[in-house]
Parts: sequence; C-alpha cells; structure tokens
Amino acid sequence: MIKKKVKMKKIQKVKKLKGLSLHILPFSEVQDLGIAQRVKKILSLVLGNKIVILHGKLRAEEEARLIEDTMALVDHVKNFQGIELAVIGSDSRQENFVNKVRFGLANRLIGDSRALTVIGPASIIKEIRRDPKKLELMLS
Amino acid sequence: MVFKILKRFSRRILRNIFGSKDNIKLGFYGPPNAGKTMLANRICKDWTGEEIGAVSGIPHETRHVQFKEKVEIKYKGKSLTFKIVDTPGIATKIDYENFLKFGLKKKEAKKRAKEATQGIIDSIKWLDDVDAVIIVLDSCENPYSQVNITIIGNLVARKIPVLIVANKIDLKRANVKKVSAAFPEYEVVGVSAKEGTNMEEFYEYVFKLAKKV
Repeated sequence: MIKKKVKMKKIQKVKKLKGLSLHILPFSEVQDLGIAQRVKKILSLVLGNKIVILHGKLRAEEEARLIEDTMALVDHVKNFQGIELAVIGSDSRQENFVNKVRFGLANRLIGDSRALTVIGPASIIKEIRRDPKKLELMLS
Repeated sequence: MVFKILKRFSRRILRNIFGSKDNIKLGFYGPPNAGKTMLANRICKDWTGEEIGAVSGIPHETRHVQFKEKVEIKYKGKSLTFKIVDTPGIATKIDYENFLKFGLKKKEAKKRAKEATQGIIDSIKWLDDVDAVIIVLDSCENPYSQVNITIIGNLVARKIPVLIVANKIDLKRANVKKVSAAFPEYEVVGVSAKEGTNMEEFYEYVFKLAKKV
C-alpha cells in the first residue's frame, strides 16, 4: 500500500513536469532584429509557456524594454503574471585589456557567446536563484 | 537613445561651464519593498520637514512616480538643492494573488496589480530624465537579482552616476558586505532609513555623487 502511494507520488511529479518546454534560441536567430522585434519574439515564446534559453545576452536597454513590454502584457493578457529573467556569463571586469577588446568586438558582431539568458513565464518559473556563476531554476 | 545621451552630455557641460549644480534630479530606484520611499521620506523630512509618500509592508505601495522639489541638503558647510524623484519598485512579474496574503480584497489586489504594472513602466521611462540615481537595495535580500543588474546596466549605458544604498541595516540578517561584493565597481553605503542610522555618511556619499553629475 505504502509502495503504491510512493509510486503514485512519483507519477504525479512526472505529470507536473510534462508541460515544461525549453526553447533554445541561437543568437543568430535574433541578431538581425531590431529591439522591438527581438523583444516581441522572446515574449511570444514565453506566452506560449516556453522557457527561452538565449545563447547570448540582451543589451541593457533591451532588458529594460523586455520588462516594459512584459508589464504591458500583464495588464492585457489573462493569467499572464510576467517573466523570470536571469543572465549568466563571464565577468568582463576580470578580463585583461586584449580580451576585453577581442570579446567586445565579437559581442557586437554575434552577441556575447559566453553568456546564456534564461527567460520564462513567472507562472512556470517560481524563482531563479542567481549566484555569480550559477543559475538555479525553481519551478512552480 | 544616442540623442538622449547627447542631451545629457550637453546638459552636463553647460552645468560645468556655469558652475550651477542646483536642482539635481536625484532618482530613487530599486526592487519593490527595499525602502526607497522610506529613505526619500527620511531625506525630505530631514531637510524640508515634509514626507514624499506613504510607506507600508505591502509590496508596490508606491505605484506612481513621486516628487519633492527644492530639497536643500547641507553637508560640512556646503549645500546642494535636489529634486527628489521617488519611483515605483521595478519587478519582472506581478501577481495580484500575492497581495491577497496581505489582507487585501480581490478587487483591491487586482487594482493594485494594474497600477503597479503601469508604475514599473513609468519608472523605466524616468531613467531618461534623472541626473543621478540612488539604488536602494534591501541588505537582507540576495543582491544578485537580474532586476538590480538590469537597472544598473541601464544607468551605465546612459552614463548616469550611481550610488548603491544597502538599506535595513537595523535588521539582524542585513549583509552590507554581500551587497558591496555584488557591485564592486560602485560605492555602497549601509543605512537604516527607518531608524535614521548612518545618515551622515549617506549624505557625504550623496555629495560625492553630485560631483559626478
């Protein structure tokens, strides 16, 4: 009987995770888009209940625009509570001058390939615990 | 964006030529419930005798940008006049159900959530109009939040001088060192806006910040 209960619990847990969908977005897919289109693309994926993993990172003003547009959607889309967002990548402050120039140029051309940006619906991701070098996704 | 940076740059040059640093627009930014309004109230009360806005333990109490004109702060015989701009806390998610836990009724909670979303949009828009920013963080919370990083990133991109305040140092869990470690490139000062602790050192940092404008 106890074994059956444990088994049931396991099945329930698996069922809860059934709807989780990750969408890996290469930077090349968004690099030619303007700020509004880039944010729109990300938010359309998030509205489809996908957790987006962007290979690269958004610029500061794009992150701000992402928050602005998210808030506008919270107001207009039923049951949409917003997003969880986190970026993990190398710390450019610790780079030497040559690397800063090299990666700075590369970042302008192909985005920061050493960074990953995780963006997901707040209804699925309860919290992203961010340490300087790791991300921990707490799911609802 | 480029136009706004040029506008700010030209304003800075004019200020330096004419030597006037009066009426510096000092923005208070940060996540919800970090104590932005509490700190702005403390400053306004210290120097004008009036508060800027209401505070409460419920997140998103400030849902509109609030101002206090001509706040003259004196420190070691010098004085500077600021326009205090207290902004709603920036967040990436708003769920009205969270407000129900604080005893609000469903209708009130939904209204608060709606106003809070607009408040966040207004806060971000105001980034283009402030001369210097005080980022208020709760020193008991993890400082490595993406919202904090996004705010600072935007201020750096706009070349706006920043001071980070680690608030709530009166609480046992406060960890100012963790805040300093998270943002080593910025000056961090620990205060308790509620108790008025370390305000003298805070004003010293505000004057240093004003020099960068």
